[in-house]
Amino acid sequence: MVNALKLAFAIAGKDIRVELRTRTSLLSAAVFAVLVLLVFNFGRDPTAVATIDLAPTILWVTVSFASVVAMNRAFTVERENAAFDGLLLAPVPRESIYLGKYLANLAFVLVVEAIALPLFILFFNLDIVQALPGIILTLLLATAGFVAAGTVFSAMVVKTRFAELMLPLLLLPFMVPPLIFAVKTTAPLFAGRPLSSVVDGLRFLLVFDICIITVSVLLFTAVVDE
Amino acid sequence: MPPAEPPLVEARGLARRYGAVRALRGLDLTLERGEVLLVLGPNGAGKSTLLRSLAGLLRPEAGTVSILGRPLTRDDPDARRPIGLLSHQSLLYDELTLTENLVLAGKLYGVPNTEARARAALEEQGLLDRAEARPRQLSRGMLQRAAIARALLHDPALLLLDEPFTGLDFIAADRLRALLATHATADRGVVIVTHHAAEAWDLVTRIGVLAGGQWLLEVPKPDDINAFQARYLELVRG
Repeated sequence: MVNALKLAFAIAGKDIRVELRTRTSLLSAAVFAVLVLLVFNFGRDPTAVATIDLAPTILWVTVSFASVVAMNRAFTVERENAAFDGLLLAPVPRESIYLGKYLANLAFVLVVEAIALPLFILFFNLDIVQALPGIILTLLLATAGFVAAGTVFSAMVVKTRFAELMLPLLLLPFMVPPLIFAVKTTAPLFAGRPLSSVVDGLRFLLVFDICIITVSVLLFTAVVDE
Repeated sequence: MPPAEPPLVEARGLARRYGAVRALRGLDLTLERGEVLLVLGPNGAGKSTLLRSLAGLLRPEAGTVSILGRPLTRDDPDARRPIGLLSHQSLLYDELTLTENLVLAGKLYGVPNTEARARAALEEQGLLDRAEARPRQLSRGMLQRAAIARALLHDPALLLLDEPFTGLDFIAADRLRALLATHATADRGVVIVTHHAAEAWDLVTRIGVLAGGQWLLEVPKPDDINAFQARYLELVRG
């Protein structure tokens, strides 16, 4: 078990090192997030719908699309020089490979969210300091789930001709359930209601995470062995 | 009497097709320790498919592969530990230096003192001065040598080489032959896939000719390479 985790961390460390050198995923996802926030900020009519009502949707639209952009490159780096064969050939459990890729993707998406969230608060002039712990917890739970699905789908589509188009097509339907609950959870928090009022939503996200991570691990071993 | 040791490689009934093309047709292969098998065959004969099946990178539709008596299955990653593969591509990450690539490979294989071992492997290939270079900064021959260093890093008992001499100048090719000669000891084995028998002739102990996914010939190395090559041409031309 310890060895499997060490191997996963070695793979995640490699992905993070590669990303820090190229900055392809992070930079493109962060720029994308900023652009979406800018469009929403200047494109809406603030007198038509109150900012506080629109804010949860804007936050999750930004986060979900920026995450897809960040995860698109997860396996393209493995395609160069057939490097992924090197991982599959090594005496490494497939689960460790999945976990390593998952941890790296999770780190990338969380960094994008860490950039997007302050900008979101700034652009929309929201006073949500009290709600911040709840919002961060919701972000963590929702992100953990859709990154799990994103990791397995990016492994699945990497050998297809239109990988970058296929990933959102496959992933977005799986992002819908956690996104619905994430929006429903963050809306009351933005409205100033306490964390205890959104426990059911958080529970759903936790259960979704457990299910999707389990299914993704099982699916990943089948996907990479074909 | 101690039980007989299992062969290094035992493949039985390997079959694989790509669409309508049958790349392997119920192929059997046994490789004992100390053997160096040269696999020859025309394009599309199934050589690379065979090598990838033996490495566990390709799941055959039928048949089994065992390495040192352990079947290659997804549930037993340790069964892949004795395998070293040199494929058509380097298996190296373009954004990592050669040292970082080899250290990563060392970690995945549980090689002790990975940094020292990585340096030693690069030195063996005459690449120590390029240790901090990235794969895309190397010439074709240097990249091949780096790939060889990666394949040999964990001192594999079974070495699978797909066109190992591609891109190498004659000095590097000689160095590789010398390395393989020291590697092919009594407890290890090598499978070399190539189109050019002469490149590996001095190393091999056995020769297999593959065409249409099945063996046309599998014999101990003959004495006369010229006579063999004439026979090989006859065989593959049908």
